[in-house]
Amino acid sequence: MTAWESSRRPRIVRVDGDFPGARLTRIWETEPGLKGWLSSVDHKEIGKRYIITALIFLVLGGVEALVMRLQLAGPDQHVLTPEQYDQLFTMHGVTMIFLYAAPILTGFSNYLWPLLLGSRDMAFPRLNALSYWVYLAAGLFMYAGFVTGQGPDDGWFNYVPYASRAFSPGINIDVYALGLILLGISTTVGSVNFVVSFLRTRAPGMSIDRVPILTWGTLTASVANLLAVPSVSLAFFLLWMDRQFGTHFFGASQGQPLLWQHLFWMFGHPWVYAIVLPAMGMVSDALPAFCRRPLVGYTPVALSTVGTMALGFGVWVHHMFATGLPSLALSFFSGASLIITIPSAVAVFAWTATIWTGRPVIRTAFLFFASMIVLFVIGGVSGVMTASTPVDWQLTQTYFIVAHIHYVLIGINVFPVVGAVYYWFPKMTGRLLDERLGQVNFWTMFIGFNLGFFPMHLLGLMGMPRRIYTYGADMGWSSMNMVVSLGSFLFAVGILLLFINIAISLKRGRIAGPDPWGAPTLEWSVPSPPPPYNFAVIPTVESRHPLWEHWLEETPARSRLDEGLLLDRGRETIGTTALDGEPNLILEMPADTIAPFALAGGLAVTFVGALFHAWWLAGLGGAVVAASLVAWFWPRRVHADMDKADG
Amino acid sequence: MSYLRTYGPRADPATGLMWGLIILSLAVITIITVLVLLGILVRHGRGHVDAMADLPAQRGSDGLAWFYVGMPMTVVALVAALIWTVAVLAAVDSPASRPRLTIEVTGHQWWWEVRYLAPDPSQAFVTANEIHIPTGEPVLVKLIGADVIHSFWIPALTGKTDTIPGQTNVAWLQTDRPGVYEGQCAEYCGLQHAHMGLDVVAEPPAAFEAWRRGQLRPAPIPSDALALAGREVFLAHCGSCHTVQGVDTRADAARARAAGGALGPDLTHLMARSSLAARTVTNSVGGLSGWIANPQALKPGAKMPATFLSGPQLSATVAYLETLK
Repeated sequence: MTAWESSRRPRIVRVDGDFPGARLTRIWETEPGLKGWLSSVDHKEIGKRYIITALIFLVLGGVEALVMRLQLAGPDQHVLTPEQYDQLFTMHGVTMIFLYAAPILTGFSNYLWPLLLGSRDMAFPRLNALSYWVYLAAGLFMYAGFVTGQGPDDGWFNYVPYASRAFSPGINIDVYALGLILLGISTTVGSVNFVVSFLRTRAPGMSIDRVPILTWGTLTASVANLLAVPSVSLAFFLLWMDRQFGTHFFGASQGQPLLWQHLFWMFGHPWVYAIVLPAMGMVSDALPAFCRRPLVGYTPVALSTVGTMALGFGVWVHHMFATGLPSLALSFFSGASLIITIPSAVAVFAWTATIWTGRPVIRTAFLFFASMIVLFVIGGVSGVMTASTPVDWQLTQTYFIVAHIHYVLIGINVFPVVGAVYYWFPKMTGRLLDERLGQVNFWTMFIGFNLGFFPMHLLGLMGMPRRIYTYGADMGWSSMNMVVSLGSFLFAVGILLLFINIAISLKRGRIAGPDPWGAPTLEWSVPSPPPPYNFAVIPTVESRHPLWEHWLEETPARSRLDEGLLLDRGRETIGTTALDGEPNLILEMPADTIAPFALAGGLAVTFVGALFHAWWLAGLGGAVVAASLVAWFWPRRVHADMDKADG
Repeated sequence: MSYLRTYGPRADPATGLMWGLIILSLAVITIITVLVLLGILVRHGRGHVDAMADLPAQRGSDGLAWFYVGMPMTVVALVAALIWTVAVLAAVDSPASRPRLTIEVTGHQWWWEVRYLAPDPSQAFVTANEIHIPTGEPVLVKLIGADVIHSFWIPALTGKTDTIPGQTNVAWLQTDRPGVYEGQCAEYCGLQHAHMGLDVVAEPPAAFEAWRRGQLRPAPIPSDALALAGREVFLAHCGSCHTVQGVDTRADAARARAAGGALGPDLTHLMARSSLAARTVTNSVGGLSGWIANPQALKPGAKMPATFLSGPQLSATVAYLETLK
């Protein structure tokens, strides 16, 4: 038994009628109005904001893609100038990779984690709010450049020397460099929060072999971010210094252009895994609910999640096979890139086996999750092809790679995310999405996606390079490109149907109740939408499937959901030990505060000042940051909230 | 531009490997797709399910047999792919015999400078956007980046190797089959990345030798008056960027100073090339006139500015360029 580290031991009580909910609501709810909105540190509120913001960026990035597909639908088109095309493909990549794919998963994890783990909030609610506001600021910062025609235009990979001042004299690249450093702050504080929340805020009894796979995915991604983001932030900072102060880190004469590529891909490849592992976790958790059985191979899947990431740090050079590195080095990275398939195969077999040993119930969410297995395999085997160095010398920089990354990012991120929307929308809103429209939604997306992206493999094999704004009629690529464009528009219609379904169901969707799917995990034990405090009493967990114990009958003891620790003296949740989930302290959680918003605003002002060399403005922003930090760390009176709640 | 079929020892081993991996990939996709579909069809509950929440969950079998069967198959396939990969890497690393001919290819925004090196400087020459090689022997290609990173790629003969400023990369070309092989810059390099093609012309050794000797000849002084007038226009308007061997253009001095940079292709034997502006325009009288009159209309952002020549000046210039055979 672990030592109890708090002066007070909470009582164990039963939930009875309104007790202790009404009192907890007063303690936890965010006050109405603008100030409350800007001050909220509720993980559910922040999670929803993340999801909505990321979906808006998905639409923006999607529209950018559609405009490019108009330009490429036929040969020698003049819809766009080369400069416009370059900014569009750059912003499309930046938007989808940085402003949609990662934040959408952060949003779901933010919303779901405390509910999955049996906690009242994330470990650091204010960092959580800060992470969102900084993300929003970074997104607006980069889009402000784009809408004024000064957006990044050297691809999301931003290779030097093209990104150096000699070849890109405008502020375009500075917008990207500073924007991404700003975004890195958001990712970093968000990741710290996930890591600590995973280790310390699980419900009593939830040892680390009982957590949902989604939390393994997000934990792994967060640890990876903490190791990978410094590399890209440093790279962009050095580049900005090169451009503004002539520091020559990357210049061809006094620096080394390949250094940029190493730093970028040491970040870039782990990042790719960071934006798919949590989504794979969603499938691992939700697919079994529709198959009416636990996931096959929990332990191998959890281990392979972590294993993927560990190997993911050793494969970055496969983005650089054509840079003239010696063959011996290339064979090492070829080997690592092939071996990384093994943990992915574990997941594929686990999901397929779950279908075969379960009794699948076909719902829209299930269709998205099950089809993801196939899309994942297509993206996976094309990844194996590119992992083989001599083959990659042909495939790289062609549309084959465009096909590959879209099967990876849409197949393993967008499809699970849309499935997750169908699955968790009832929890977030209390209403189910329309099932019939949902099936139309799925088939439109699935057919549109494969029609739009599978032919890209063939275009790549026919030699069509990436990032060309036009091509000649004599190249033989025209009809295939027309098919791709038609498919991409059909796919966009599919996404539109999702939004239509959301809009309709928000008002008229069927009432969900707490657990419409008969699902196994803790979030389904609370009302939909959950109350501000999540759990009236802290549940005690005895298995991986606390809501399925009466069916599975595998554990001698049963999880206790409506009887548990009463924590009602202010915003409190329980702290547990890292491995076993033994409760050993009461975590006092902060009240709503405007400090994270002010801090993010100050940071944004600082970066705008740096962009324009308006150092007074940067200084002003810095002062706001400092003031916000003082407010943030100002000592709080212990249990001040309790008195208020009592009064 | 396709590389599904290739024509030489630098590319062929990788093409075989690629086909092997394509077949393996299609097999894996088919197997898993069938398994997922079949699993759903066979196992899904009969009849309409109204409330999922009422359906009991049960574990049944543990399903681990899937790993015991699937994982060894996966590992065997991957190890085989790795061994084949390493074997191909070793096979294409360097040519079987020592190349007698070395070409230096420099990537510029947005064209290719091609320099035939020779121990005897009088045997060296420069051309652009078109590489001639003799069939039946390996040719070494040194790759240099003049400004930003480009990538040298002749799909039917060799995969990509980047041209990176500050470092010299090496590729090699070899084929037994005479013909024209298309290539294209394969690393995003700015506005006109789309128009940065090059051709490799493989010809029997005798034909190659004839071409080489032709390239070594300086440009003749034109005999007819129009071309002679065009030569003056060329010297006044084009000579600061373009060189013609045997003519003292300002670009010669500038090239010595800057060694690369914004300068344009050497035009000594322009008429021996099939296209202009890195395969943007066909090399014909019409194509040439249109290109000189307004390069920005055909290749927006290209480093060659509009020349603002009068009609007679333009036709004289074209007449002169037509003599550069």
